[in-house]
Amino acid sequence: MTMRPITFFRAGSIDEAVAAVSSHPDSAFLAGGTTEIDLLRLNVVQPTLLVDVNDLPLTYLEDVDDGGVRIGAMARMSDVARAPRIVERYPGMSQALLLGASEQLRNMASMGGNMCQRTRCSYFRDGQSPCNKREPGSGCSALTGINRGHAVLGTSEQCIATHPSDVAVALVALDAMIRTIGPDGTNAIPIERFFLRPADTPSIEHPLAHGELIVAIDVPALPVARTSRYVKHRDRASYEFALVSVFSAMRVDDAGNVAELRLALGGVGTVPWRAHRAEEALIGRPATPENFAAAADAEFADARTTPMNEFMVTFAKRAIVRELSEVTS
Amino acid sequence: MAINQSTAPAETGLRGPRGEPVTLDVNGATYAIELEPRVSLLDALRDHLDMTGTKKGCDQGTCGACTVWMDGRRVLSCLTLAYSCEGHQIATIEGIAQDGELHPMQQAFIDHDAFQCGYCTPGQIMSAIALLREGNATTDADIAEHMSGNICRCQAYPNIHAAIREVRDADDGG
Repeated sequence: MTMRPITFFRAGSIDEAVAAVSSHPDSAFLAGGTTEIDLLRLNVVQPTLLVDVNDLPLTYLEDVDDGGVRIGAMARMSDVARAPRIVERYPGMSQALLLGASEQLRNMASMGGNMCQRTRCSYFRDGQSPCNKREPGSGCSALTGINRGHAVLGTSEQCIATHPSDVAVALVALDAMIRTIGPDGTNAIPIERFFLRPADTPSIEHPLAHGELIVAIDVPALPVARTSRYVKHRDRASYEFALVSVFSAMRVDDAGNVAELRLALGGVGTVPWRAHRAEEALIGRPATPENFAAAADAEFADARTTPMNEFMVTFAKRAIVRELSEVTS
Repeated sequence: MAINQSTAPAETGLRGPRGEPVTLDVNGATYAIELEPRVSLLDALRDHLDMTGTKKGCDQGTCGACTVWMDGRRVLSCLTLAYSCEGHQIATIEGIAQDGELHPMQQAFIDHDAFQCGYCTPGQIMSAIALLREGNATTDADIAEHMSGNICRCQAYPNIHAAIREVRDADDGG
């Protein structure tokens, strides 16, 4: 398909990029382009001005706050995945990055862009089916359509589109902070508030003003994350989105009780899913498979399924129990 | 920090949507051509520079047939706008052979019969050379994982992997 005509501007500074987008109503930032160019060509998104931010000096990784890391928004996935401080302090995040997409795409895709990537829901991507995310009020084709891969957590009657990111799953478990600069100045958004559930407005995915640019992602110091892991279950062995993925960082004390736990799930939610209920069910309790199973049950108590995706609940629960059992053993 | 609206780009900073001059550095040579901003690097190479070695498979970033290098890193030319490539060095399959001598990876693909229809081959080779440079091809599993972005509809994967192993293990390192 041929892309509609666009106007192009290559920003030389953050201020210039923010001013260019915020002063033009139909504009968008262009980072790695792995989602944006794809969706432009599919006519799913239709900005008339692209503001290229690839030249901005935001590719750094630097230490912050006694052991945390600040990741520049234009740092590429492949570089972040292999950065020694990421591998050492947050191995589960490194694994999540390397299990996403392909090496070519990881070389292109930026961390800021990854936070803004769009769902792979085929009704969203086809550019014509009713879709409340693409065209508010038009309906949701996935509710009664082919929805084997659609979300079971965080859904609404308006949208059940799955959030596709792997690394965002790690970042919600780590309580990362999204830093932005926009027309109204700087902002810091706790990552769980950055990803909005569809509710009645599926087209609004982030609390970002038009022209507000992600400039960095802060990952706090977290000793338990040094043994974190990310496991991804999918239909083929590589280069595929998750059916279910699990990020875990757990510390069990000498008595065999769960002392610390960060647990998050990919592939099952409309947003990268922090498993708060499972965490609360396990903290202070014995680290046993029975308790892991009870915690997984709690997490999925409100799951909303369809005949095609109800297998995901069993699948995800087993994935949680298996992962935590392997970490414990 | 408030943004000074006076830093908005002058009209002269905006390019397109009609065709405008663009300068691309491909395989060490500089080309000045006229393109609309919506043109991908892939289409610029094939339709405007007559470099048809880079193939268009899916045109949506899922097959890897369009793999080229930007500043030495393998990327997908279908999801890259040509305008974004100004100031960067692009390398394509046409630039891999040196002085009439096939690159060792090209020769290994021939020796191992690492293609059938051949449509994915330029992308496979660009990806394979980059993989060895990246240093992540120690095991067969490594090779399979890091070549997963290049789909072969003829399923020549065992032979592609054999070619990569041979170049990896060659004394000169390819």
